[in-house]
Amino acid sequence: MRASLFITCYNDTLYPETGRAVVRLLERLGVELEFHPRQTCCGQMHANTGFRSEAFSQATRFVSLYQNAETVVIPSSSCVAMIRDQYPGLFEELGNDELRRQLADLLPRVFELSEFLIDRLGVDDVGAYFPHRVTYHASCHGLRGLHLGDRPNRLLAKVRGLDLAPLPNLDRCCGFGGTFSVKNGDVSSAMLAVKLQDVVSTRAEFCTALDNSCLMHLGGAMHRQFAGMKTIHMAEILASTESDPAEGLA
Amino acid sequence: MSRGRANAAGGGHPVLDPALAPPFPVAALPVLRNSQLRKNVAHATDVIQAKRARVVAEKDDWQALRNAGAAIRDHVLENLGAYLEQFEERCTAAGGTVHWAADAAGARSIILEILRQEKAAEVIKIKTMTSAEIQLNPFLEAAGVKVFETDLAEIILQLGEEEPSHIVAPALHVNRSQVREIFARRMGLKDLSDDPQALTAAARNYLRRKFLDIPTAISGANFLIAETGSVAVVESEGNGRMCLTLPRALITLAGIEKVVPRFQDLEVMLQVLARSATGERMNPYTSLWTGVTPGDGPQRFHVVLLDNGRSGILARKTERQTLRCIRCAACMNACPVYRQTGGHAYGSVYPGPIGAILTPQLMQMHHAQSLPFASSLCGACYEVCPVKINIPEVLLELRSQVVNQERRQALRFFDPMYVGLRVANLLFSRAWLFHAAQRLGRIGLGFFTRGDGWIHSLPSVGAKWTQTRDLRGLPSQPFHAWWAERGRKPMKEAK
Repeated sequence: MRASLFITCYNDTLYPETGRAVVRLLERLGVELEFHPRQTCCGQMHANTGFRSEAFSQATRFVSLYQNAETVVIPSSSCVAMIRDQYPGLFEELGNDELRRQLADLLPRVFELSEFLIDRLGVDDVGAYFPHRVTYHASCHGLRGLHLGDRPNRLLAKVRGLDLAPLPNLDRCCGFGGTFSVKNGDVSSAMLAVKLQDVVSTRAEFCTALDNSCLMHLGGAMHRQFAGMKTIHMAEILASTESDPAEGLA
Repeated sequence: MSRGRANAAGGGHPVLDPALAPPFPVAALPVLRNSQLRKNVAHATDVIQAKRARVVAEKDDWQALRNAGAAIRDHVLENLGAYLEQFEERCTAAGGTVHWAADAAGARSIILEILRQEKAAEVIKIKTMTSAEIQLNPFLEAAGVKVFETDLAEIILQLGEEEPSHIVAPALHVNRSQVREIFARRMGLKDLSDDPQALTAAARNYLRRKFLDIPTAISGANFLIAETGSVAVVESEGNGRMCLTLPRALITLAGIEKVVPRFQDLEVMLQVLARSATGERMNPYTSLWTGVTPGDGPQRFHVVLLDNGRSGILARKTERQTLRCIRCAACMNACPVYRQTGGHAYGSVYPGPIGAILTPQLMQMHHAQSLPFASSLCGACYEVCPVKINIPEVLLELRSQVVNQERRQALRFFDPMYVGLRVANLLFSRAWLFHAAQRLGRIGLGFFTRGDGWIHSLPSVGAKWTQTRDLRGLPSQPFHAWWAERGRKPMKEAK
């Protein structure tokens, strides 16, 4: 199995350990990986802030870079939701039938990480070991956009040593929302305060998710408040083994 | 009692006129500091949401009902003109009088004209958010007509000089002890307790007199039925029933989108409305009437059909679904933004996610442009909407319209957000530039990065982030550089 990685802009820039963990994990599972050096961004930030013509150009770029990929794996649920839910409308508005056709051809081959593991590889036990108490935050795009359902929990349940703490009010947004977090910084902070209460109440060591954008938000507040918790992308948990623990834990 | 008095909303009287209200982030700030209001709103929305979840879960065919609700509403919107004409014809044949109002001013003067014909110096009102949309009460008061609200929540607001903050439970932001204070003060009941029975008894005493003394009423409508020319109003208290049956003359104000084709469509609409709005299987009172019945109920009946920007929305493909709304408020109860701010910050009688898309459109995108951005796009609104309005999709469409308006303004050229997004677009279109910017960004952010590797304070737009969150400093090696160093062959480029 060959898969092409799309390590979107903020993961490449801010959270390279997530990409590295995806590489360790998928290569361990026998996937042959490719990485297109000219990849940048899916266009979500522009599309969600109302800069639609800029989003068109990122979307076009994605389709032209990946149209020949066997499969595309993206460890960011909101970027996958952008591609799946927003690209078709963008191309329709653009009136570009060729792009629409290419996208329709490509979309069935685009996977979020947990989708790729469970639906494409057919594994829920990836052989991981992570002896910590962990709570899972179902980011809105994963929950309501991609309908990831029980996939994340199935993967976490098979991680040896992991003590999974259910998160109360799982379906509530952490308040990030991209540029919302600064355009409406005060409201975003209020949402974050409420979310953090739930997260801290689990008494977990780690809060994990399939999207570093929520984790950047939650983790930023945890660090500010000395909350005694950290965030970690689920790829890093799944990549972690006895002999090769997650980065920063060794 | 001055209008500027601090009220339950905190920080002075909220402005619910979208043309005058401050932008959402500004209006939200004082509310976020109001602990009582936030507790009231969180508690009330939790209670309604839990009730809704229970009664929705017991319907195996809930998704089918939602689909049917959306289909009925879409069919209406595609054939609105024909159904409105049919409604007018049937309602008129049954003894009603139908008026058409193009805008708020038109509707107000039609209503005032009717009240003058009725020689009404006082009027009672029930279940009409649309009257707040056209700011009817201050207009009538200025014209010398005294207005008395008769819905319990609306009485609380009127006596407390408050503004509605929710479309189903307008006094949702006020708690029981605050209601006691308002009633005690305005009804002269010094020893009133905050026992719910005592409070409703006080309201009943106050209301009975109004029902018996005032022979003219104004109502809203939940549905207009084209096939029969009937009007439907649903409510919980029975005060609406009084208001709709006791007066001699009744004026119903309804947005043009409120029509449904057939009587049997109520089967779907009443089910999805009650379960979504109040978490009940059926609402306690459903009043249905057709024109005038001699010797029974109001003998003069007027319907004012209000456009006020709606037909403009109808013409737009993505936005049209906004008009499916049946005003159940499930979206605001589910919305994590509304749950923190309550309704007043939206500067409109229509708050929450539906307000964030409806209000700017009713203002023809000339006001309330901050509202489409008052959402984290979490999608909770779409998930609960009984007529499947894809609110996030409409929010994005409106955001794009706002940006297209604003980016032509010279002032915006140097706005940090606009500069940032333009630069980001340039970087994302060329990987080598993006990678160079990462290196530069690391140097730049290095000045703000503390010894612990984290950024605790940023200037400009970044300050809105660091006001409550830290940011981890940029790592020394982005992923793409690590991959290149690993010496793997990059994939073959698509041509």
